Amino acid sequence: MPAVAAYNITHRYGSVTALDDVSVTVNDGELFGFIGPDGAGKTTLFRIAATLMIPSEGRMTILGLDTVKDYRELRNHIGYMPGKFSLYNDLTVEENLNFYATIFGTTVKENYRLIEPIYKQIEPFKKRFAGRLSGGMKQKLALSCALIHKPRILILDEPTTGVDAVSRTEFWEMLAGLKSEGITIIVSTPYMDEALRCNRIALIQSGKILGIDTPQKIRDSYSQKLYAVRHAEKYKLLLALRSVLSSPDRENPAPGSMLHAPRPLPLATSAEPFGDSVHITLPPGTAPGDIISALSAAGLPGATITETTPGVEDVFLELMKREMS
Amino acid sequence: MTDQKVIEVEKLVKKFGSFVANDNLTFDVCKGEIFGFLGANGAGKTTAIRILCGLSRPTSGKVLVAGIDAARNPEEIKKRIGYMSQRFSLYEDLTVTENIELYGGIYGMRMKEISTRTADLLNRLDFQQYGNTLIRSLPLGLRQKLAFAVAVFHDPDIVFLDEPTSGVDPITRRQFWEMIWETAARGITVFVTTHYMDEAEYCDRVTIMNEGKIVALDTPAALRANYGTDSIEELFVKITRPKTAAV
Amino acid sequence: MKRFMAFVRKEFLHIFRDYRTLIILFGLPAMQILIFGYAVRTDLTNAGIAVLDNAHDEVSAEIIGKLEASEFFEIKFHLTSYDGIDEAFKQGKIKEVVIFPENFGARLTREGNATVSIIADGSEPNTASLVTGYTTAILNDYSSTLTRQLTSAIPVINPEVKMYFNPNLESHFMFVPGVITLILILVSALMTSVTIVREKEFGTMEVLLVSPLKPWQIIIGKVAPYFFLSLVNVIVILLMAWFVFGLPVRGSVALLIAECMLYILLGLAIGILVSSSVDKMENAIFISFLTLMLPSLLLSGFIFPIENMPKIYDYVSMILPPRWFVEIIRTVMIKGGGLAVIWKETLILVVMTLFFMALSARKFKVRLGEGTK
Repeated sequence: MPAVAAYNITHRYGSVTALDDVSVTVNDGELFGFIGPDGAGKTTLFRIAATLMIPSEGRMTILGLDTVKDYRELRNHIGYMPGKFSLYNDLTVEENLNFYATIFGTTVKENYRLIEPIYKQIEPFKKRFAGRLSGGMKQKLALSCALIHKPRILILDEPTTGVDAVSRTEFWEMLAGLKSEGITIIVSTPYMDEALRCNRIALIQSGKILGIDTPQKIRDSYSQKLYAVRHAEKYKLLLALRSVLSSPDRENPAPGSMLHAPRPLPLATSAEPFGDSVHITLPPGTAPGDIISALSAAGLPGATITETTPGVEDVFLELMKREMS
Repeated sequence: MTDQKVIEVEKLVKKFGSFVANDNLTFDVCKGEIFGFLGANGAGKTTAIRILCGLSRPTSGKVLVAGIDAARNPEEIKKRIGYMSQRFSLYEDLTVTENIELYGGIYGMRMKEISTRTADLLNRLDFQQYGNTLIRSLPLGLRQKLAFAVAVFHDPDIVFLDEPTSGVDPITRRQFWEMIWETAARGITVFVTTHYMDEAEYCDRVTIMNEGKIVALDTPAALRANYGTDSIEELFVKITRPKTAAV
Repeated sequence: MKRFMAFVRKEFLHIFRDYRTLIILFGLPAMQILIFGYAVRTDLTNAGIAVLDNAHDEVSAEIIGKLEASEFFEIKFHLTSYDGIDEAFKQGKIKEVVIFPENFGARLTREGNATVSIIADGSEPNTASLVTGYTTAILNDYSSTLTRQLTSAIPVINPEVKMYFNPNLESHFMFVPGVITLILILVSALMTSVTIVREKEFGTMEVLLVSPLKPWQIIIGKVAPYFFLSLVNVIVILLMAWFVFGLPVRGSVALLIAECMLYILLGLAIGILVSSSVDKMENAIFISFLTLMLPSLLLSGFIFPIENMPKIYDYVSMILPPRWFVEIIRTVMIKGGGLAVIWKETLILVVMTLFFMALSARKFKVRLGEGTK
């Protein structure tokens, strides 16, 4: 029995479709990530999972229970952490934790072992008002509050958004630690790099699922060879590459112009900035060396090109473009 | 990027009571440069930016923005800069055109100039159909792009962007950065803060702030070489982790 | 200058696109004009009075006839003894009693000087002053007509005015009940709606809903402190009224407290209803003020007597809880009336409370709504 199973979930807010025929299964004990930007539908999906909303169409089961019909029973087994953490700002760290323990019919003592590695980092601040904690501390407190009643499944909605890079890393380490307890965890995040920390991921954009698999298989699904081109002048490089890849005459590329709408490259080619390089795919029949010479001719000598492994974001971009066309 | 300096900061200190938010900051920014400002929340970035925008006065130190002394003439600075923040950019209950015209008017552009430029802007962004749409009906990605275009509408010397691409989808993010590049190529200096470490690479130079001080300032490539890391993210964690007392 | 104008234009757009500012700018003045224009009448029409004619002579009969004929008054009772007076006042049916002593007419014609007792309902000081003023005017008018007929000394009718319930016609007799009404509904409705909506705004409501806490536990838990504190409020006000103004509670204190509890419950139910309809605290406050405070202040009979308003305001005020509660408080506190007198008003409040409770129970969602984002 899967821990989470969504069957053709569609949800609308008035005329806006937030989720479009979403189907997904999550296995027991998995750390499953939903990766997508704002507005992708992650929060809507998670609210349906947390029994807070009834989907316009479709159904979802969690731990074998229906989220609509069996919501009362289900709420005992779910640990939910909504976006923006939802802590009581005018209660202390301690008071927040005690409150959540009590309304779930347990005590902090009873399940302390479970939250210990997380809570002990903020314990020195236990008398501080939750509103005065830093983002990273709020995160830890919210997670502790969600865990304190030993749920069988954790639903975490964008727990790393708006938090600094260091805390984000630490948070994922905490989640990894929880897996050994056999708790199923579903997490949503807009940060593509966090995808690698999950057992499996679903890429989601504009209410649609673009792909579901392990991060590795997702990366492997990239349809072509990917190359990274580097040059000191990043912008000119980007423009020149677009020009080179789209013009039939590679020897004399046309100079780039202001680009505000995606300039249509022929199918199966792409040029996207990625940090210090531009990731490109080559049109059939073009060798890497051709690109370098074309760039030289365009006034950018000294560029380098290396084959590179596609990342989750590369795949996301590819799938997004495919979906949009 | 030229050699002409548009921002000169020397030993900038800003105190709130006894709390030192900015501790002896020193840096310059050149015309047409894309300058990245990284740091955890509470490191002092926002305070420094407010001073550069003329919203707050330095406690001590020299701050020249577009040649204007920030301590003496902060009001003058405001006329020469543009600003776009993550929390707020455009008025949700006004249409696209109304927002553009509003900001054009506020920055003292003439009506004729405003209308020609507005048409031009809508064309370039492929937004003609959205001219009379309320901002709140636009998806996030479009909003951000429009907000940026509005921030540079009046051709400021410098534009300040506060986490402009937060939460935006990968395609829009890249389109946004292309807009930034294109703007910088036109000679407008861009001052940007971000939490996306890979975006740090898109900048000409990057500075990292921690606990009120500048702990790193150089081109992304040089920084990586210096700290022996493969990415800015690694570098960031390396620099800030041991010092982070507030976990 | 241009910058300035651009900014001003934007402000106009904001104003016209926000329903709240529109209501404040246009709705409120209109409402106030209507209310002040019509509700505040310093003239009297058809005020109920009683007469006790111990003289049974021509003179008294003529004066009573004049009172009857005037548009200001409507004689509801022709009393035969002093017994009925207290009850008649308590029931609120009459605003004053005009008492003619024995030998009134004789004394007037022979001695040129006679007294008429006027007892007015002092629990509504404004009305009392008006009513006695008009009565006195009619008496004086009558005596001036007499003067033309007689050639000797000018006869004078002395009105002896007493304020029942409120001997010194102190205004705080009017204000304290009104203040209690206002504060109770404001605190219970306004504060309740705000506290529930605050959870919604901060997102903590989601987590509460997903917990084993049952919805009724959440609501009652939120509302209980306000119930208790409102009661404390009432007691403090009553104590202050007693010690500072010397305002007593003439009726049963237990009854008064019980009625207050009922009223607080009603306010809480309204507050819960409001909270399930809005998502932001500022909207909760806005709606509470608009629908509760203003009508309470102006249409409940607290300041402006309802009898003086056009019939339509009377009907409108019937759906406002404060109107009934002001009546109850005045009767119990100042007139000393018991449940027998105010059972009708109490029943109305009970029905309203049950209605709002049922409505808010239905509206309070166990889940987040469709429109939530």
